[in-house]
Order: sequence, then C-alpha cells, then structure tokens
Amino acid sequence: MIFRPDLFVPELFQIGIIATLFILAVGKPSWSRNLIWLPWLAVVGVVVTAFSLGSNGTLFYGAYSVDALSQFFKLAISIGFAIAVYNAVDPSHVEEEKRADYFLFLAISAFGLMLLSSGVELITIYLALEISSYSLYALIPLRNRDKQQSAEAGIKYIIFGAVVTAVAMYGLSYIMAAYHTTYIFELAHVSWSLDHYPMAVLGLTLFLCALFYKLALFPFHFWCPDVYQGASNETAAFVATLPKLGAVVVLIRFATLLEPGMHVTTILAVLAAVSMTFGNLVALVQKDLKRLLAYSSVAHAGYVLLGIVAGTPEGLAAASFYSLVYLLMNLTCFWVICRMSTDGRNLVLNDLNGLYSRSPILAFILAVCAFALVGLPPTAGFMGKLFLLNSAWAQGYEWLVVVAVLNTAIAIYYYLNMVRHAYTMEPKEEPIQISGPTMVWGGIFAASLLLLGTVPGPVFKFAQTAGQFFMP
Amino acid sequence: MADFLFMVWSKIQAEFSIMHTSTFPVLSALLFFPLIASAVLFFVRGEKNIRTFTLVVGIIQLGLALPLLSFDLNHAGFQFVELKSWVPAWNMQYYLGVDGISILMVLLTVLLLPLCVLCSWSYIGTRVKEFHFCLLLMTSACVGIFVALDFVLFYIFWEAMLIPMYLLIAVWGGPEKRYASIKFFLYTLAGSTLFLAAIVAFFIHTGTFSIPDLMAGTYSFRFQFWAFIAMALAFAIKVPMFPFHTWLPAAHVEAPTAGSVLLASILLKMGTYGFLRFCLPLTPSASEYFAPLMITISIVSIIYGGFVALGQQDMKKLIAYSSVAHMGFVTLGIFVFTVRGVEGALMQMVNHGITTGALFMLVGAIYERSHSREIKDNMGLGKYLPAYMGFFGLFALASLGFPGTNGFVSEALVLIGVFSSNYWLGALAIPGVMLAAAYMLRLGLKLAWGQPTSARTWSDLNMREWTYLAPLAVLVIYLGLGPGLALKTINPSIEKLLHDFETRKGQVVAVEQTNHALQPVEQEERRPSVFAEHEERAVKSEKAQQSPVKLLEASAVQGKWPYLAGLEKKSGIMTRGELP
Repeated sequence: MIFRPDLFVPELFQIGIIATLFILAVGKPSWSRNLIWLPWLAVVGVVVTAFSLGSNGTLFYGAYSVDALSQFFKLAISIGFAIAVYNAVDPSHVEEEKRADYFLFLAISAFGLMLLSSGVELITIYLALEISSYSLYALIPLRNRDKQQSAEAGIKYIIFGAVVTAVAMYGLSYIMAAYHTTYIFELAHVSWSLDHYPMAVLGLTLFLCALFYKLALFPFHFWCPDVYQGASNETAAFVATLPKLGAVVVLIRFATLLEPGMHVTTILAVLAAVSMTFGNLVALVQKDLKRLLAYSSVAHAGYVLLGIVAGTPEGLAAASFYSLVYLLMNLTCFWVICRMSTDGRNLVLNDLNGLYSRSPILAFILAVCAFALVGLPPTAGFMGKLFLLNSAWAQGYEWLVVVAVLNTAIAIYYYLNMVRHAYTMEPKEEPIQISGPTMVWGGIFAASLLLLGTVPGPVFKFAQTAGQFFMP
Repeated sequence: MADFLFMVWSKIQAEFSIMHTSTFPVLSALLFFPLIASAVLFFVRGEKNIRTFTLVVGIIQLGLALPLLSFDLNHAGFQFVELKSWVPAWNMQYYLGVDGISILMVLLTVLLLPLCVLCSWSYIGTRVKEFHFCLLLMTSACVGIFVALDFVLFYIFWEAMLIPMYLLIAVWGGPEKRYASIKFFLYTLAGSTLFLAAIVAFFIHTGTFSIPDLMAGTYSFRFQFWAFIAMALAFAIKVPMFPFHTWLPAAHVEAPTAGSVLLASILLKMGTYGFLRFCLPLTPSASEYFAPLMITISIVSIIYGGFVALGQQDMKKLIAYSSVAHMGFVTLGIFVFTVRGVEGALMQMVNHGITTGALFMLVGAIYERSHSREIKDNMGLGKYLPAYMGFFGLFALASLGFPGTNGFVSEALVLIGVFSSNYWLGALAIPGVMLAAAYMLRLGLKLAWGQPTSARTWSDLNMREWTYLAPLAVLVIYLGLGPGLALKTINPSIEKLLHDFETRKGQVVAVEQTNHALQPVEQEERRPSVFAEHEERAVKSEKAQQSPVKLLEASAVQGKWPYLAGLEKKSGIMTRGELP
C-alpha cells in the first residue's frame, strides 16, 4: 500500500485544527479567551476541501476510498463545520474556560464525519461513526444554563447511542459470519435475499439501525427532540445537521447493495413513508422551536431516503444534493434562532412574534428557511425534493412519491406558523441588535438557498458525479 | 369603428415588428424587471417615494409589454419563444412563450400593477415598503405563470405566487386576516401537491418537462385518468369550483383592496388557464371522460354562487360569491369543447378580471370613506357621489352581462357554445344569468337610491381614483362594442387546441390497440373505454408481480421513453449507469 498524503489533505487540515485547539485547551485559560479567528480557519478548511474535490484513489488497503462522493460530502461537512463554528463563536452559551474544549470536540466530530464519508469497509465505518459520536456525547451537556436538562439530554444520547452501537456491532458480526468480508464492494456481489441468506439480511438490517439512529429515522428518532431541547442552541445546530450527512453518505454507499423489490429496500421505503408522516404530524403540535425542528428533521430523514431507495445514480445524486440543501437550510434556521436567543435560552413559537420589526433581516432569513424546509419554490428545498421525487418515481415508487407530496401539505402548517408569528404578530420585546458581518453572512446563507433553488444546475452536477461514484 | 381600430392596430404592429424580429427577450424582461425593481426598492426611502417608484416601475413594465402588440394573429403556436438550458441533468429548460390563450392574461397582469399601486395609495398606511415589495413579486410570479412553457418553471411560479399573496392578506388584511390567510395558503397548497406528483409522472413517462413536447405525446387512459384528477384538483381549488370555494370569500373579505383585485383578476384565472393549458391538451381522453362531472360542478357553481350572492350583506362577500358563479361560466365553456364555448371562456376570464377587479377597487374606495363594507352603511350614494355611482353602475352592468359591455360578449359566447353542444345544458345555465342580474341590480339599487346614512359628507372620486378606474372602464366598453380584435387574437390558438383535442382524444385507443398486437397477454387489462374498478386492481397486481425496473427497461428498449434508457439500474453494480 502506498500512502498518498495528497488524498488526505482535508482530513490533515482538520487534524491541524484539532491539534491547535488541543494546545489551547490544555494551555493557559487566557489563550482560549478570544477564538474569533476560528471561523476563518474553518473557512480556509472549506477552501482546502474544495481544492481536493477532484481527488481519486484509495488508502489503507482499500478501506478508505477518496472519490467524488466522499469529496462532495467532505466539502459539505467542512461548510457545515464552518457555519456551526461561526454560529457558536458567540461566547454566551458555554463557560469561558471550557470554550477551547467545546470547539475541540466539535472539530473532532467533524473529523470523524469526514472519515465516515470515505469509509468503504464496515469496520472503518464503524470506527468513524464512533469518533464522530463520542465527541458529541461530551458536547451535549456543555451548556451555560438549564444544567439539569442538558445533563439529561447528554445521558439520553449516550445511553441510546451505546445501545444502538452495540446492536450495529452485533449486526456486523452476522454479516462477517455470513460472507467473511467487510468490504462493501465485495458485499455488493452477494445475495441479499431473505430467502437465501436470512442471517446476512438480519445483520445488514441491524447495522443499518446505527445509521438510522444518526439520521433520526422513524423508529430511532426518539432521542432527537429531547437532545435538541436539552443541548444549547449552538450545539443543537451541529447535532441536527452534520451527523445526518455522515449517515446519508454511508447509506449511499450501502445503496449499491440494494435493488428495488428487495426486502431491505422495501423496509427502507416503508420507513421513509412512516418517518415523514410521523415527523410532520408530531411537529404540528410543537411549541418549542428546537423540538419543532427536531420533528421536522425526522420528516426530512424520510425524504432523503427517497433517493436512496431509488438507488440509481440520479437517486443517489438527488440524495446527496438534498442533504447539502438540508444542511444549509437547517443551519440557517438555527443561525436565526441563535441570534434571537441572546441569553442562550430555548425559544418557543411566541418568541418569534413581531420579528419583522425587531429585526427585518432575521425575519426575512427565517422566512426563506421556513419555505425552503417546506419545499416551496423558488428555494433550494423545492429543487432538492423535486429531484428526489423524480428518481423515486422512475424506479416505480409511485406510492412513496404520493406520500411525500401529501406530506408537504401537512408540513406547510407548522413552517408557515413560524412565518406567521414572525410577520403578523406584534412584537413585545426590544429590537434585536445584530452586527454588520452577521447580517451579511445571514444574507449570504439565505441567498444561497434561493440561488440553489433557481440555478441548481452547477451544484447538482457535482452531486451527479458523486452519485456515480466508482467502487474500487 | 372596428375597422378603424384594426387599421390602428396594424400600424402599431408595423412599428413594433422591428422589436419583434430583433429578438428582444420581451417575456424575460416582463418577468425579471419587477424582480430587479423589488431588489432596488430596498434602498428607496420615504413612503411617498416608494409609492412613486413602484408606480413608475409599473408604467415602465407596461412599456416593456408593448412589443407584445406585434403578436402574429394568424399564428396558432407559441410566439416570443425563449429557450435556454436550465438544469440539463433533469432536462429542465428555461422555456417561455405566449400564444392566444395566454397573451391577454399577460397583458391584464401587466396592466394591473400600476392600478394596484394607485388604489393602495391611501388605503395602505403601514409597512408600505413590504407591501410594494409583495406587489412586485406578485406581478413577476403572475407573468411567469402565463408565459412558462416548462412544467417545472410553471410550478415554481404557481407556488411562489402563494407567498406574497399570503403576506398581502396576513399583514394588511382585515380583522380575521390570520384565519383567512392560513386557510387560503393551506387550501391552495394542499391542492397543488398532487399536481407536483403529476408533473413528475409526466416527466418519467416522457423524459421531458417541456409543455409543447408533452402536448405531442400520447398517454394511456389509465395514466390520463390519474393525471387529470391530480391536475384538476389543483385547478379546481384555484378557480374555485363549487365544493372547494370556501377559501375564496374568506380571503376576499379580509384581503386589502389590491389583494382582492389580484385575487379576483389573476389568481382565479390561473385555475382555468391550467385547465386550458394542461388538462385539455395533455389528458384529452380523461378530459372528455370527466367532462360531465366538470359541467355539473360548473352549473352548480353558477347557481349556488348566484343564490348565495343574493343573500349577502357584505359588499366584498357578494362580489366574491359572484366570482364563484362567473368562474363557473368559464369552466362550463371549457368543458363543452366547442370553439365558441372556449372562446367565451377565455373572454370571460379577461372580462371577469377587468370588471371584478374594478368592483373590488370601488369597494375599497368607498371603504376608505365609510370604513364599512356593509351595504346598509353605504347606501344612497347616487345623489352625493354621482361619478362613483356611474362607474359602479357600469361595472355592475358589465358583471351581469348587459349588452354593450364586455360581460355580455363572453357570456353570450359561452351560452352559444353550450347551446350548440346540448340544449338542456344551456337551459340549466340560463337561471345563472338571471341570478347575476338579480344580485347585481339589488346591490346597485341600494347603493344608488337607498336611505343615505352619512354619505352626504363624503367627497366624490378624486383624480387618483379616476385614473385607476378609467382604463378599466374604457376596456369594458371597448371589449363590449368591439371584441373583434381580442377574438382574432385568441381564435387561432383555440381552434388548434380543440383540433388537437378532437384528434388526440381518439389516439389513446389507437395506441392501445397496437399495444394489444404487441402484448396479447395484457389484452384483458388494457381495454381503454370502460374503466372499471376490478380492471384497475388487475393492472395493479400485474404490475406488482413484474419488477418496475423491468417495465421501465422494456419501455426504454421500445424507444417510447428514450430518456429512461439511461435511468434504468444496471445489474452490475461495479459500473454505474451513464447519466443521460
């Protein structure tokens, strides 16, 4: 094996960020007082990742594949990391002496997700999954206020996470026992029919559970609202978005195993339908904004699966594109919430009242996010959804498409409710002061959502090459 | 008179033919100019400046629409076509064009922007910038709906239009605005979700989103059946047809004047435009199959709307219910499938847009004086506000279809079309015309000669109000006395529409008969004319047994859906399929 460091540049850069933060964390407390440069470092990371977009090759005895798919997701993860760091750099939500540690854990989690997007071997995937999860276990209880609640959220996340990981490990052992290999490309050639090899199918299903847990897909979504609510707004922004990308990319790798009509695929399709319907229905009655977004993310997990059950290059490209869009619209939505919650408390719907006069730009950004989350044109959410619907229908999942479009009609109510509170209710509180750069960046996020909705072509082209990834 | 106008027309055409040939992107200009203006509006300060700015934008927009006057009257196809690649991966195109069916609606939309600015000049006092921002976005989206020739592009405008309209009602509306705006949004969005599924189905079936290409395709009856249901539901809610109309009175009553005008004049027409543009050309057999149902609903809408309007005390509600009745005439005209009927329907779309828009403006004008929309608070205007009452009388007469006004032309054409198709059907629609006279004359009578409450202190129409009412009044009389030009504009496209409809509604049978020859096994399931439930089940079970991929592969091989040749999943996983 030849180790080619050039394939590994984005990860190396991330390791650099981690090392810097580690030194700050163990050094004098005064070192970590001012971390305002950190978002810029993360932006450099985005640029570095963007330059390695065309890399191709394998590392570590074929267990680590650098291809269009992995690079697309690495870019998305580094963008998400940069936004999440920028979002969290405001010091109010975590004690000063813990700030370097906080970002250290964020960076490690993002690093784990980067590894995850390149993993093409089950044990590598498993390890990467654990790297990204363990740092999150530490992150969630780090909160300035509502200590009890955040500790509860942390414990819930750890316990459920540990159980699901154990289940996945158990499933992995079944797969290994059945086929004596852990490389996905070798597993792609074997039979996954329940009649031929029930043990392998059971193993695969159990292994997928770990991914569903990350993705917060229907029967594995229960941690989601409590954890979001307990964690600080800034942490929730990270937890709600980036780990989902990691889960999606692995599911896309697994999609090579799936064929329409297979038992596992059918299960996935049913889970997708149930997940979106359940998530949307429960979100209707939520008052807490983070709980609302948590249930909305359950619904969105269902939408992404549309592309994965289709399994065609188009479907996988659509799923990749949609997860990028999901990342952007959710992070932007959380970004607005974090700006509004200046003291780090949880917001309820009524806190949005009269946002149009308290801060017109935040209200506008929130409206763009809300309509993007519904999937209304001309936002990126619509385009992403349209691509998913196309690919699912092409593979004969007409019923799933109908369920998905009907879900839009359910979802519109609670998203529109956010806009309604922001635009038609009268304000009770003082105007929100936001700085110039914050305004500019918020505007850029909203504009990117509109731009991806009107000219999705160029970005979708990247997603398309990602969807055509070539297994070694 | 008509000859003279025609001469003027040809003069104007000669003037603008230069612009026509020099490939000036008229439609893109109409589409993007309000958008750019709305971005500029962010930097305009001062309420008066904002109003003036938007008014000027509206007038420039009218100027930009002038090249449309060089529309070729003898050409039935799409004109001013603009075609660019948009998202090649999914074969989506930036495809614009107008034909006889859409051009009048585009012109009406463009005309309404400055009038809406004028009628909101003193009516809207709060959040003026946002209001005009919404108006500009509305104009852009409405133009987009009528000029889009790509299915996705159309859907984008169709849905995007909801957002500014929602805000218009929810922010500047009356006391019940929250309820009305949410109801409006939920109703229309819920209706159009299945429409999206139909669009996706058309794409997977043919591999294109281009509407002219789709019009050339043939589809099995089963496909048409479901596609028609999905599309017609969206359109019927927008129109609104009888059981789906409840959002309309709520939205109309609560909306500000400009919102009501846009709702009545343009929004409702989108539904009927959808029937003409999509249902008839894309699903001809299903349209014919469902025609009795649609006609029944139309007649119920006419009669029901008329009776309910008769009992209203609120002026806006009365006009809203009269809209239900008038739009019933449009759908009735469309689904009798005669040239006169469809011509009448299209004229009625334009005329209803003019007269009802004007009536809503008048209600808004009197509301600014009396702060009430109840009839009893606004009586006895004939003596104190003669100019107001004059305009009101004219538009009310036009609304009930009085000879000499535009309403007469369109209703007469619809009735001619209906009578020529079925005598009894025509007889059923006649009471609707009488009801229109009854409720409109009742309203006019009370407004003009009722016991005045406080009318004596109100001033008559001012200059601004004259300015926005006069163009509509001129159009009422012009289209009433000389509808020749308008009819000449729409006629070729309608002839073509109905010709295609007549030839293509039989084609499905031909196609399926060849299918029988190819696949004798499926003969039982594919019988087209009778659509019984057990057959549906049989088709479904047969499909479930056969893998959907196989079905698609087979069709792709037959060359029916060339696009899908690249979409099918390769059996070997190592090499992924090439993208088309």
